[in-house]
Amino acid sequence: MESTALKPQFSEAAKAEIERICQQYPEERRKSAMLPVLHIAQAEFGGWVSPEVQDLVAEVLGVKPIEVYEVSSFYTMFNLKPVGKHVLEICRTGPCMLRGSEELTAHLERITGAKVGGPASEDGLFTLKEVECLAACGFAPIVQVREQYYEQLDTPEAVDAMLTELRNQVHRPALPWEENGLPNALARN
Amino acid sequence: MGRKLLTEHINVEGIETFDVYRKHGGYRSVEKALKTMTPDEVVEEVKKSGLRGRGGAGFPTGLKWSFLAKPEGVPRYLVCNADESEPGTFKDRQLMSKLPHLLIEGMITGSYALGANTSYIYIRGELLYVLRILEKAIAEAYAAGFLGKNILGSGYDLDLFVHPGGGAYICGEETALLESLEGKRGNPRNKPPFPAVQGLYARPTVVNNVESIAAVPVIVNEGGDEYAKIGVGKSTGTKLFSACGHLNKPGIYEIELGLPVEEFIYSDEYCGGIWKGRDLKAVVAGGSSVPILPKELILKTAAGEDRLMTYESLSDGGFVTGTMLGSGGFIAMDETTSIVRNTWSFARFYHHESCGQCSPCREGTGWLEKVLHRLVHGHGQMHDIDLLVSVAKQIEGNTICPLGEAAAWPVAAAVRHFRDEFEWYVTHPQEATKPGAVYPGKLVTA
Repeated sequence: MESTALKPQFSEAAKAEIERICQQYPEERRKSAMLPVLHIAQAEFGGWVSPEVQDLVAEVLGVKPIEVYEVSSFYTMFNLKPVGKHVLEICRTGPCMLRGSEELTAHLERITGAKVGGPASEDGLFTLKEVECLAACGFAPIVQVREQYYEQLDTPEAVDAMLTELRNQVHRPALPWEENGLPNALARN
Repeated sequence: MGRKLLTEHINVEGIETFDVYRKHGGYRSVEKALKTMTPDEVVEEVKKSGLRGRGGAGFPTGLKWSFLAKPEGVPRYLVCNADESEPGTFKDRQLMSKLPHLLIEGMITGSYALGANTSYIYIRGELLYVLRILEKAIAEAYAAGFLGKNILGSGYDLDLFVHPGGGAYICGEETALLESLEGKRGNPRNKPPFPAVQGLYARPTVVNNVESIAAVPVIVNEGGDEYAKIGVGKSTGTKLFSACGHLNKPGIYEIELGLPVEEFIYSDEYCGGIWKGRDLKAVVAGGSSVPILPKELILKTAAGEDRLMTYESLSDGGFVTGTMLGSGGFIAMDETTSIVRNTWSFARFYHHESCGQCSPCREGTGWLEKVLHRLVHGHGQMHDIDLLVSVAKQIEGNTICPLGEAAAWPVAAAVRHFRDEFEWYVTHPQEATKPGAVYPGKLVTA
């Protein structure tokens, strides 16, 4: 049963950005915009892509929903479950491990109270996610939060500075096509 | 001090803007190529330069270009592989974020040489912030008339777009990248047909690494022969190395190929030696998928000659006593490093990143991770060590794409050179699994 009341909608600014992106590919190849549009969807709808949001992506691209599901489940950047306000993606691969990523992960679990791979911290602020190599090995250990890289997190001070900055971030940083950043983790239904 | 062909101006204030980049000689190769050279002449210069693919495979770029099919009336594409994901490698991220116009210039000159009128830069999704930098720079290049219709009045048209991935190492494999660019899962394609014949949208396509494309401007400006004078033998020109791990000065270094490995590690001009005054134990010289070498073998070949940073010297001795230059992801490990734990970390990486299409890779990478996990956690048995070698052998050569080998080689090499340390995890599990445990035995069993 279709319920229009619950159906998510892209903001006007996002719609315009999606159309700009679709122009980059041959007309009959609109599906090519899949990944960039999924990134926009995740930024628009609270840091994750629900089945309803994925259906919206399918509609916008003119493809079947399954074509979106099979892609969103393949690429690790798309969160398929609700997340906290800030998703901390901690690199765990060899070069970061050599420079203390395991200690960093344990430290972040202690401070935030969240567990890697588990639900968000009780205050709803942080989700911890371990990821593979982020291509910044010379600045290890590293955490990525949205489009920001936090590097050389090998001291408690560096970690504190990152967490303080994130706690003070009421809205996520604005994307190039937005006037203002959206409130963090507020699904705009 | 070696010449810096790509990164000479990387620290110039404002070099990421069109005006400053142009003031430092930027976009000259576009002017030269479009106004004074035919496309084939550009390809010829790249061939003469001896430039080899900087993404890892080391295939001659000019030759790759010359394979591009050119059927009448069918669009063809140049796609830049900026899906930098090989553990230990972070050069392209630096190059693109600090010198976006260098890549754009290379894309224009390269696209002209190949007759492409639409080109894409496929950048890994985690680097969305670099995508923003590139898009800004591309807009500047359009405004200055270096992109779009009738570039510099030459009659040549080019549109250039940046496309983000979604988090998948496998998309660095060129056919997986093309699938991803078409909006699908990143499953590598069977070859043939090769992308040169059927690539993006089944049209002829060349896929090149960021650093390869960034070398095109200097090759066109100075000529292929001049470029080929730098380096040693078939390792011509300069190469970016991403130095990381236990070094005093990790970072990106552009070196003239042929530099001794020892100088690279210990000289203050480069990595400045091993951190905390410790001794070097082992190096992974070309990104996580190349064989690890113990200190003795990374500094000298088995024949006792200095190991040089060239494709040939690093692979001297094959996989018995040598390794590969790969992507130039140079990971140094000090004497306290657990090779077994590090090998487990890499095995976990490949298991995580296997696309699951070929069973030897899907299952084999899982086995490697599982067996290493039990060794690392003190539950391993002696025959597990041979099991690792056996599983690695069964993956190798049995998969559609090279991810299988990339997973198998590091494990096989670690066992080859550090078997006694693996055995220590079996014979002394309580000691070996203590946090911060250091293998007390001899460092090398090569």
